[in-house]
Amino acid sequence: MGGQIYSHSLAAIVPEFWKEAPLERPIVEKRIWFLTKDSKVSLSHKNPAFGAPPFNSFTVLRAKFDKWFVQKAVQKGAFYIPETLVEDVIREGKGKIIGVKTGRTQGELFAPVVVAADGVNSLLSKNASLHAEISPQNVALAVKEIIAMPKERIQDLFDLSGDQGLTIEIMGEITRGMVGVGFIYTNLTTVSVGLGCILSDWVNYKISPYDLIEEMKNHPVVKPLLSGGKIREYLAHLIPEGGYNAIPPLYADGLLVVGDAAMMVNGLHQEGSNLAMTSGRLAAETIIEAHKSGDFSAGRLSRYKKLLEESYVMKDLKKYRNSYPYLEGNRQLFTIYPQIINDAATEIIRVDGVPKLVKQAKIISATFKKRNLWGLAKDAFSAWRAFR
Amino acid sequence: MNLEDKLFLDRYVVDEIPHLRIINLDKCAICKKQQCLYTCPAQCYKLEEGRVVVSYEGCLECGTCRIICDEYKNIEWKYPRGGFGICYKYG
Ligand SMILES: Cc1cc2nc3c(=O)[nH]c(=O)nc-3n(C[C@H](O)[C@H](O)[C@H](O)COP(=O)(O)OP(=O)(O)OC[C@H]3O[C@@H](n4cnc5c(N)ncnc54)[C@H](O)[C@@H]3O)c2cc1C
Ligand code: SF4
Ligand code: SF4
Repeated sequence: MGGQIYSHSLAAIVPEFWKEAPLERPIVEKRIWFLTKDSKVSLSHKNPAFGAPPFNSFTVLRAKFDKWFVQKAVQKGAFYIPETLVEDVIREGKGKIIGVKTGRTQGELFAPVVVAADGVNSLLSKNASLHAEISPQNVALAVKEIIAMPKERIQDLFDLSGDQGLTIEIMGEITRGMVGVGFIYTNLTTVSVGLGCILSDWVNYKISPYDLIEEMKNHPVVKPLLSGGKIREYLAHLIPEGGYNAIPPLYADGLLVVGDAAMMVNGLHQEGSNLAMTSGRLAAETIIEAHKSGDFSAGRLSRYKKLLEESYVMKDLKKYRNSYPYLEGNRQLFTIYPQIINDAATEIIRVDGVPKLVKQAKIISATFKKRNLWGLAKDAFSAWRAFR
Repeated sequence: MNLEDKLFLDRYVVDEIPHLRIINLDKCAICKKQQCLYTCPAQCYKLEEGRVVVSYEGCLECGTCRIICDEYKNIEWKYPRGGFGICYKYG
């Protein structure tokens, strides 16, 4: 489950994929909303260049997209076995991994290398003892709905021309103080709406995901955008957000771990599918190299980690390694700040005969009431430290 | 729309073998938070006559329950067998 895929990483695998892949809309605009109970401040960037080759990103519906992607691998000679559960890894003695055991009768498959690409729950890498269970702080739970609407209505409501699309990220009131964001993505004839918050927050705040998504859809700013739509599907999925500090070992004798299974998500930028695609590609390059010498030992496969470190994957994950502890320790970003920004905007825009200088003073004093100067300075400094 | 109606929109191929199991009911009885009851996005965990019961049929296979039951590690969690379980039409 996911929303956007990125041109850069997919084109490195399937050049000019936009000519054949089942895509929804090229994303030409991104909006970020800061919401209070009833108001919003919106930040947006739109660039028509994102709507022409080589594009920047597209919304996709993964059920359709994944089918196409698998067929691309099959065309290149991959042997695809659908509807089959991998239950465990097979080891030679207690040592190297030499295959997997599937749920089919006589379902043992042997290979010089196994790539664990089994997503966030990755029972495979746990069975291979690469890591223990993920902690609830290191993963977000997202719920989402697919809501059908006529194409023209989507274009009108979201101010889009033709088949172009946008994404909206939402911070503030809708997560009730939990660390997380809401999102709205436009597809061709559906919109994807939902929110994701750190799993430990759902537990500690005692909030149920199905309640909160209803609340979000009924927020006075969100509701008009969905009116008349028909719910088609309700989904739930985890997002590994532990970042750089939570990345498990990435290789062992006969095994490589890629994508979500390896915690490769840049949560701040809603990136995960691109890291999954790129890590998959680098794993493949490593394996092709290893085939030349017939050596699939951990030492040989460690090249995969090196390639990742040279790429944007590890560089980005490393850059943002302190962002999650920061967000968890600075919940005011999800509560007080959206309120401050909205109050300030309201004050500036309202024409009521109050001189602007007085308004300015009012905004500043209202801000300090919510967060004192020391708090603001601390926030600015720790934000700079976490994101620099 | 309530949760039950939403889950009704989802497509499942229900396996006759459950893929979720509470390992030891006594532990649920002493579990203070009983967080499975309110965090599961499909409300698969419910109280029946004061006891926690799980119904696997509506499971969205997200993995939440397995991870949040971290104090007692009381949930045996697998994916359904190949060909069974939730089958998203859109994704
Ligand atoms: C709500 C939401 C929104 C998102 N939005 C974005 C976005 O806008 N942009 C972005 O880049 N990323 C986004 N992501 C993240 C993105 O979806 C993931 O990072 C990406 O899908 C990871 O790819 P993957 O191949 O590693 O894992 P997955 O896509 O999870 O694929 C793993 C596959 O393995 C299968 N599998 C698992 N275990 C077994 C087993 N034992 N046997 C057989 N098969 C198995 C699963 O069924 C699944 O098909 C989003 C995620 C969520 C939940
Ligand atoms: S969280 Fe775990 S131990 Fe507690 S009630 Fe639920 S299943 Fe039982
Ligand atoms: S995996 Fe997710 S949907 Fe299934 S029972 Fe556990 S929490 Fe509920």
